[in-house]
Amino acid sequence: MLQYDFMRNAFAAAGIVAVVAGVVGYFLVLRGQTFAGHALAHVGFTGATGAALVGIAPLWGLVAMTVAAGIGMGAIGERGLAQRDVAIGIVLALSLGFGLLFLHFYTAYATQATTLLFGNVLAVDRRTVWVLAGLGAASLALLGIISRPLLFASLQPELAEAKGVSLPLYSVLFLAIVALATAECAQIVGVLLVFALMVGPAAAAQRLCGAVAAGVVLAAALGLAEAWAGIAAAYYSDWPTSFWITALSAAAYLAAVVTERLRRPGMLGPL
Amino acid sequence: MSAIEFRDVRLALGGRLVLADIDFAIPSGDFVGVLGPNGAGKSTLMRAVLGLVPPARGTIRVLGRAATRGNPAIGYMPQVRGGLPPLRLSGRDFVASAVDGHRLGLPLYSRAGRAEIDRVLDLIAVRDLARRPIAELSGGERQRLLLAQALIGRPQLLLLDEPLISLDPHHETEVIDLVKDLRRELGVTVLLSAHELNPLLGAIDRVIYLGNRQAALGTVDEVITGPVLSRLYGSDIDVVHVGGRIFVMSGGRSVERDAHRHDPAMAEHREMR
Ligand SMILES: Nc1ncnc2c1ncn2[C@@H]1O[C@H](COP(=O)(O)OP(=O)(O)OP(=O)(O)O)[C@@H](O)[C@H]1O
Ligand SMILES: [Mg+2]
Repeated sequence: MLQYDFMRNAFAAAGIVAVVAGVVGYFLVLRGQTFAGHALAHVGFTGATGAALVGIAPLWGLVAMTVAAGIGMGAIGERGLAQRDVAIGIVLALSLGFGLLFLHFYTAYATQATTLLFGNVLAVDRRTVWVLAGLGAASLALLGIISRPLLFASLQPELAEAKGVSLPLYSVLFLAIVALATAECAQIVGVLLVFALMVGPAAAAQRLCGAVAAGVVLAAALGLAEAWAGIAAAYYSDWPTSFWITALSAAAYLAAVVTERLRRPGMLGPL
Repeated sequence: MSAIEFRDVRLALGGRLVLADIDFAIPSGDFVGVLGPNGAGKSTLMRAVLGLVPPARGTIRVLGRAATRGNPAIGYMPQVRGGLPPLRLSGRDFVASAVDGHRLGLPLYSRAGRAEIDRVLDLIAVRDLARRPIAELSGGERQRLLLAQALIGRPQLLLLDEPLISLDPHHETEVIDLVKDLRRELGVTVLLSAHELNPLLGAIDRVIYLGNRQAALGTVDEVITGPVLSRLYGSDIDVVHVGGRIFVMSGGRSVERDAHRHDPAMAEHREMR
């Protein structure tokens, strides 16, 4: 299957995005901000349809909108989880409403809309692969630079604050990174299924690994395996790639939960 | 030199006055118990020392310098509120996040960093405990991990906010003895807030008692008296000494026991016993 150009592009794009999403997703799950990630993806839909309406490539509309929304959500603040989720939910609904309005004006857009919502990795061209690689490298580099204080602020916010770590700053920076990663994921699995790459592998890795470094590596590896296996399965079965990726993501998470249960001390005697 | 100096300090949170006209100095190397009813401002006082609550009036000096955020000489154990996140993450990785946690870069630890983690885990004797996921630890076990984390970076001043809560009497004594040892060996100054005075008797040099937006600092004999506490509680308080223990009573009931009553139903339940 690798003799086709579109397949090579698909493997490259999905590989890049899965690794970025796995690493970023690890911190997203650790911080308990998966809802924010989910919301960012949907907000991206509005950005993409809006961009298409004014004649810009949807990817850039997606990036611009998610990053703006990510920074906005970060600025809402760390405290008051319930309130934070309400604020995110309201922004989310409003922007999806606008997305629908843009679609309404841009009637010739139905297939594009499906692509945006559910992704179409087989349609990714060479140029997009390079754009994804650039965006991915940028988000991983930024995450690498802030990962130490980010981890501290995520695990022990009050102590981190006392040690001079600015919680709002890292909250905003991190959600900007999440927004970039989300925009990338949307190219592969669509805005509705970003969870499959962003949260599934990371959540499974966190169930299996007690150490941060190992968890991050496992999340990236799981994501990569799911994405590539998904494309291969789609090639042979002719079912949509996004379906396979979400199915594999769910299966991997389930397997992680079962493994964790079996490993619990007491179930198999002392370790 | 004083470790902590409050001069005419007023602390307010969200427009609400918490402490006013606070004036005291804590000598270097002292072990000070911070006491007072719920909401008296014990946590706020500590956060002010950390520079997280800037005084609305007056000045706070810590280890000879104005209180600022990010002072590496202060170790801090925050009051446990919601508890730690339910993670499979090992206790060791959790504690480790505080090692140079404010520096940019990847959370990878040098040999010195790993030695520092081992040192604090050994000090609290939680090295074995730290191998387990924090999700599986009991409240008291997590509490001891937090205490270990507070010791990272060899602080000169230790602020422990309710470190005894949810510890059994055995571990309560263990933590207090440990703090005593730390102070003797390393010369650290310690502020430890608690709801009960008795476990601290014999260990602390001084108490700060908070109440009614005021503070009283002195030895136990100076501060834990009817007149001083009546002023701080704004009602008649009797102090009763029984067999080396001290009970602070209001209208025939111990106020310390009442301090634990967050839940009215719980209070009623205890009343009936
Ligand atoms: N963000 C805030 N805005 C307004 N008031 C606050 C805020 N945080 C705390 N307070 C108030 O400040 C007062 C002091 O709170 P603090 O947490 O310092 O008390 P405490 O003595 O530590 O109590 P506890 O024994 O329950 O831990 C309380 O009356 C509390 O209601
Ligand atoms: Mg408190």
